[in-house]
Amino acid sequence: MSEADIFELAGKPYRSRLIVGTGKYRDFSQTAAAIEKSGAEIVTVAVRRVNITDPGKENLLDFLDLSRITILPNTAGCYTASEAIRTARLARDAGIGALVKLEVIGDEKTLFPDVPATIEAARVLVEEGFLVLPYVNDDPVTCKRLEDIGCAAVMPLAAPIGSGLGIRNPYNIRIIVEQSRVPVIVDAGVGTASDVTQAMELGCDAVLLNTAIAGAKDPLLMAEAMRLGVEAGRKAFLAGRIPRKLYATASSPLDGVLQ
Amino acid sequence: MRVTLNGEAHDLREGITVSDLLAELGLVQRRIAVELNRAILPREDYPQRALRDGDVVEIVHFIGGG
Repeated sequence: MSEADIFELAGKPYRSRLIVGTGKYRDFSQTAAAIEKSGAEIVTVAVRRVNITDPGKENLLDFLDLSRITILPNTAGCYTASEAIRTARLARDAGIGALVKLEVIGDEKTLFPDVPATIEAARVLVEEGFLVLPYVNDDPVTCKRLEDIGCAAVMPLAAPIGSGLGIRNPYNIRIIVEQSRVPVIVDAGVGTASDVTQAMELGCDAVLLNTAIAGAKDPLLMAEAMRLGVEAGRKAFLAGRIPRKLYATASSPLDGVLQ
Repeated sequence: MRVTLNGEAHDLREGITVSDLLAELGLVQRRIAVELNRAILPREDYPQRALRDGDVVEIVHFIGGG
């Protein structure tokens, strides 16, 4: 792999298959350090009102090397298609490109997506030239619809956002991987390195996570673990694992066994 | 003149442009976007567009998120 194994997203090549969020860190320098350790080349950000009474001297983007890192703004916190569309338009106007992580939430407790609203918003945004990466349930039919609309990737969740439960339905993820002609990015719900490894072993193109690193006791060490987990899983996928069998097969030859 | 800035009423001087406002807030160098009365205001309009009484302005930027 290495040189040849490029992750292409919306026409752009990336070496890293780990996409990380920038929320929940102690400060901007810790955010930047964790991104560095993770090896991520794409990072998500949220769009929010500037605090008018105290705009602050520092801004997250000042801490990121924008010549190397692609910014992926999200529509987190939006509960309707129109709010998400409005947020995406503002993000694009701020001048960091046409990529958008489309998130239309349908339920406050689970943060599961509102699927009809996600599809509706995706349709409008694709029409307006956005490169839409929708956060969606691990549902192959919905993923297919979003691909058909023209989304640049599909991003099925592993488990609820921030839950750390890992991939709850690997069989659905497997089906989504098999049917998709656009990249499949597992987004949300992973907890630790083995979860991202599993996603990559299932054949996903990339993994997007935030809390699993930012919420770890040692975020920088976890960022590194996640980088290695993605690499291990990707290599295992490309290598092709052995089939599962119920009974043993000896590893040592039986010829020449002492009698 | 009363203008709603990011959801709160502010008294601004007559004739202040969007560029002036951004300069006063220290936001000129920032990656931001401006919405005026629910429509995105193109960057090239910032110097010309004087705010009017009753305008609703939203100024957004990027923060940490997942």
